[in-house]
Amino acid sequence: MKNNNEYLERESLKKIQSEKLVKLVDRMYKNVKVFKDRCDSLNIKIEDIKSIDDLSKLPFSSKIDLRDNYPYGLFACPMDKVVRIHASSGTTGKQIVVGYTKKDIDIWNECLIRAFKAAKISKKDYLQNAFGYGLFTGGLGIHEAATALGAKVIPSSTGNTERQLTTMMDFGTTAITATPSYLEYLTEEIEAKNIKDKIKLKTAICGAEPWGETLRKSIESRLNIKAYDIYGLSEIMGPGVAYECECQCGMHFNEDHFIPEILVPDTNIPVKDGEVGELVITTLDKEAFPLIRFRTHDLASIYKEKCSCGRTFKRITKIKGRTDDMLIIRGVNVFPSQIEEILLKTSNGVTPNYQIIVDRVNSTDTLEIKVELTEELFSDDVKTIETITQNIKDAIRSTLGLGAKITLVAPKTIDRSEGKAKRVIDKRIIL
Amino acid sequence: MFIKQVTVFIENESGKLSEVLDILNEFKIDIRALSIADTKDYGLLRMIVDKPFVAEKALKEKGYIVKVHDVIAIRINNEPGGLLKALHLLKEYKIDVMYLYAFVSEGNKEKASVMLKVSDRVKALEIFKENGISFINGEEIQELN
Repeated sequence: MKNNNEYLERESLKKIQSEKLVKLVDRMYKNVKVFKDRCDSLNIKIEDIKSIDDLSKLPFSSKIDLRDNYPYGLFACPMDKVVRIHASSGTTGKQIVVGYTKKDIDIWNECLIRAFKAAKISKKDYLQNAFGYGLFTGGLGIHEAATALGAKVIPSSTGNTERQLTTMMDFGTTAITATPSYLEYLTEEIEAKNIKDKIKLKTAICGAEPWGETLRKSIESRLNIKAYDIYGLSEIMGPGVAYECECQCGMHFNEDHFIPEILVPDTNIPVKDGEVGELVITTLDKEAFPLIRFRTHDLASIYKEKCSCGRTFKRITKIKGRTDDMLIIRGVNVFPSQIEEILLKTSNGVTPNYQIIVDRVNSTDTLEIKVELTEELFSDDVKTIETITQNIKDAIRSTLGLGAKITLVAPKTIDRSEGKAKRVIDKRIIL
Repeated sequence: MFIKQVTVFIENESGKLSEVLDILNEFKIDIRALSIADTKDYGLLRMIVDKPFVAEKALKEKGYIVKVHDVIAIRINNEPGGLLKALHLLKEYKIDVMYLYAFVSEGNKEKASVMLKVSDRVKALEIFKENGISFINGEEIQELN
């Protein structure tokens, strides 16, 4: 089965990419006003874009564009053609919206089927999908592609560990998709309940949050399975933008559909080979929601050598961090600015000093928000104070879908360096 | 009648209460009554002191969150059922008690003082007056300037 693009010679791939890029630029110039205006104001002539070597002439796009053109301002096709809409966290309280045509979904499926096959998941597998279902791209993305593959999909979604384990045993789950921290938690529970011999799991695909080799090896040896990494983001598509093969040495980038660039964040010039920089992605085929040079803020590097599996797609390393302050908590993207906005709304008009503390306890991310008490929040009765903390908690739950512990602290007790409170303390160690 | 209560936010950490009391001591503030509402994460120290506004200023300067406000102060007989008359009245008029604390002074063991915060203090005051509940006059024990 080597007659697909994953094994193309680099020259042929470049030709395909270049042809697609020229068409993409033309399509976006005609259909996306923001892109046209930006090209015009920067005096970029789209006729000058003849191959992917000209990519660097094009302007960047970012999450701010998605926010400013919410909800459908960046869509490049008539809404009649859109068959799916997903959403993801914006940098403020408002979510960002992405859309897909039928063809976009087909390509998404194709990308994920490549990932499944590279992880040796086939139609024979019982695939328990423990990614969240809903607006998040993880759940439905995996679901549709695994269905298209012909696997027996078990849409278990997130949470309810007891039921996940019962399902795994009774339904004979052989493959699972989950965040790595949740799979680690399941591993611990399997050990605690001593049910490993009742479980037929052999493969896992994990993504949506950073993890390292130590955690992978630990999960693999404890469950006696293979665990593969997968990369994706809603703005570009969802999971499956890049995927690991059996060699487990970096994630093959689906280069016939997406072009990766690794740039020095401050200067925007390409990093030297193998160096870490910001991953910037151009979507080549997407009809509903194409993006040119989208700044992911994810830090990674690229291996250019051919992989021993024979695939010619370049590989990116695991994500090494972020260029912005985005946190990934239980697979949910969280910006401190979102929390600040919630605090402003729920704190009688005065944003209190706050600190976000993220930790990992028993393989589960915890979110604590310390709030310095202000005169406006203070009361002589406990009920009034508790109502305020409960309101903050509820607002975080409804905006981010995360439970948080709200701790009120005395004024001036949050550490300040150079007078400025340190907003985020991430105690998690990426193993 | 009403009496000024000083409420201070105290984190649940050892030594925090004595820090507050050290400050009051430094300013020669006399505490007449005191109670603490404790929660999992913090405590609310409620006090009746002789100089509430001096106490407020001194604590605020040290960075504490402080609030001075009125609570109802009544005097009841220090005997079984002494508090019940007042509570029955509140119940009858559907007024909720948010919190209360009481103390008996060595000098007058016949009487007990009760500080109350209720859901409708104006109405509570009115029914207490009508039913002969006696009040503690804040000005007798507090300097309010």
